Amino acid sequence: MNLIEVVNCYKTYNNGVTAVADLNLEIEKGEFVFVIGASGSGKSTLIKMLYREERPSKGKVIVGGINVAKLRNSKVYKLRRKLGIVFQDFKLLPKLTVYENVAFALESLGMKETEIRPKVLKALDSVGLKEKIRSFPNQLSGGEQQRVCIARAIVNDPKLLICDEPTGNLDPKISKEIVDILDKINKKSGTTIIMATHDKEIVNKMKKRVILLENGVLAEDNMKGSYKAHESN
Amino acid sequence: MKAIRILGRAIRDSFKSVFRNFSLSTAAIVCSSITLILVSVAMILSYNVENITKNLEHELTIVVYLNKETTEEQMNELKSSLENMENVDSYEYKSKDEWRLEMKNSSETLNSTLEYLEENPLLDSFIVRVKDVEHLKETSQEILKNDFVSSADYGEGMTENLISAFKVIEKVTIIVVIALILVTAFLISNTIKLTIFSRRNEIEIMRLVGASNISIRLPFIFEGLILGFLGGLIPVIFTIYGYVLLYDHFNGYVFSQLIELVEPFNFTIYISMILLGMGCIIGMFGSYRAVRKYLKI
Repeated sequence: MNLIEVVNCYKTYNNGVTAVADLNLEIEKGEFVFVIGASGSGKSTLIKMLYREERPSKGKVIVGGINVAKLRNSKVYKLRRKLGIVFQDFKLLPKLTVYENVAFALESLGMKETEIRPKVLKALDSVGLKEKIRSFPNQLSGGEQQRVCIARAIVNDPKLLICDEPTGNLDPKISKEIVDILDKINKKSGTTIIMATHDKEIVNKMKKRVILLENGVLAEDNMKGSYKAHESN
Repeated sequence: MKAIRILGRAIRDSFKSVFRNFSLSTAAIVCSSITLILVSVAMILSYNVENITKNLEHELTIVVYLNKETTEEQMNELKSSLENMENVDSYEYKSKDEWRLEMKNSSETLNSTLEYLEENPLLDSFIVRVKDVEHLKETSQEILKNDFVSSADYGEGMTENLISAFKVIEKVTIIVVIALILVTAFLISNTIKLTIFSRRNEIEIMRLVGASNISIRLPFIFEGLILGFLGGLIPVIFTIYGYVLLYDHFNGYVFSQLIELVEPFNFTIYISMILLGMGCIIGMFGSYRAVRKYLKI
């Protein structure tokens, strides 16, 4: 069953730039997909449309049964609660502790404290940060902050995890750790993962489905793709 | 149940955030305090001026002297016509003997003069208080229409001039109070807006992790309420202690017995409630406005 369907999707910004043109995509439940492409290829726009930070100008983007194009601003939270998002710049709340950052998303759902605590501890345990629950984000390294961000993204058991260049700010060793964590989540709980990245090594090593965007157009969709094939481009 | 939990968390988070953003909170509280103190001073001044004017107006009366031959019937006629007059607030009868007694007590010379006279030369009278001092003249003329009325005097001169001067001051202070309230509302709500502006990332992140608009907005609104309330506390202390000190210092009167200050209680309590209410409402409104700007609705 398809978790994501992109049908004849166009995105043109107000300044006239077309970031995505006639894109068609299907992503099944449980897949691990890399989205690659040069800067300005439209991969960020695609990712942003998936969590409805951007709205397609034309066509359909359906995520978990919700047509993103028709979703009103005031209802966006309904989509976002079904997915987890991991950002390049982590986007943690600086005044909240690690525990509070992860618990925050559940609290705004009105969940009981007795339900929240085990979920948060489980999520932090799965990224190996159980001992740091009382730290504030600025007391953590970049890799640790990204792990908090992942814990926050998976705490509500989302069907889909969207990662927008999660390793962009991290060194190769830490990047590998982060991708291993994502891979583990994918295999263990069957969470679909879409990851936009520039990291050749990771893409080549993981041997997952690779979607290549060029100038907003789908250039290649390879089930066992690698970065090497595109290096000449 | 869910709504109560969300509300409870909003209150908890707002307190946390006030403490964790300590310097910004302090700035907002100090700014609110200073402006509210100004409002408090203006309100105290305005209310006192109003009170003084009222007291002065109360002092102003029409003294109606009756002719010597006035009969009981005519007196009753005057009473009922006074009762029917719109501008008449109250009246009291003062007989010539009462006048005589009062005059005797007031000075030795008058005492001996009056002793000398066998018959009381004074006239029976009515002392009339009016509702509106502006129409004093018309009222006295109307009373004079009764032919058994000898005269209807009122203090033409000093007191009236004083009253009209105070009326102008009263109007000016009311305008100042209103202007200050507007300026304060703008200043406080802007300061609180700035403290939230510095945290627009937080709002963006809350949106990204799927918080609904209401659960993002509530803690900020409570935060505005807390900041406004704390900003109102210092002016409240200033108002109560400051005014009581001032009142005691002057023994309740400024310059003369004519200018009487309003008693501190419950006057300062009312002012305090207004200050706190203003702080809370403006604080809440300021943060509501600020969050609205960063929420895509």
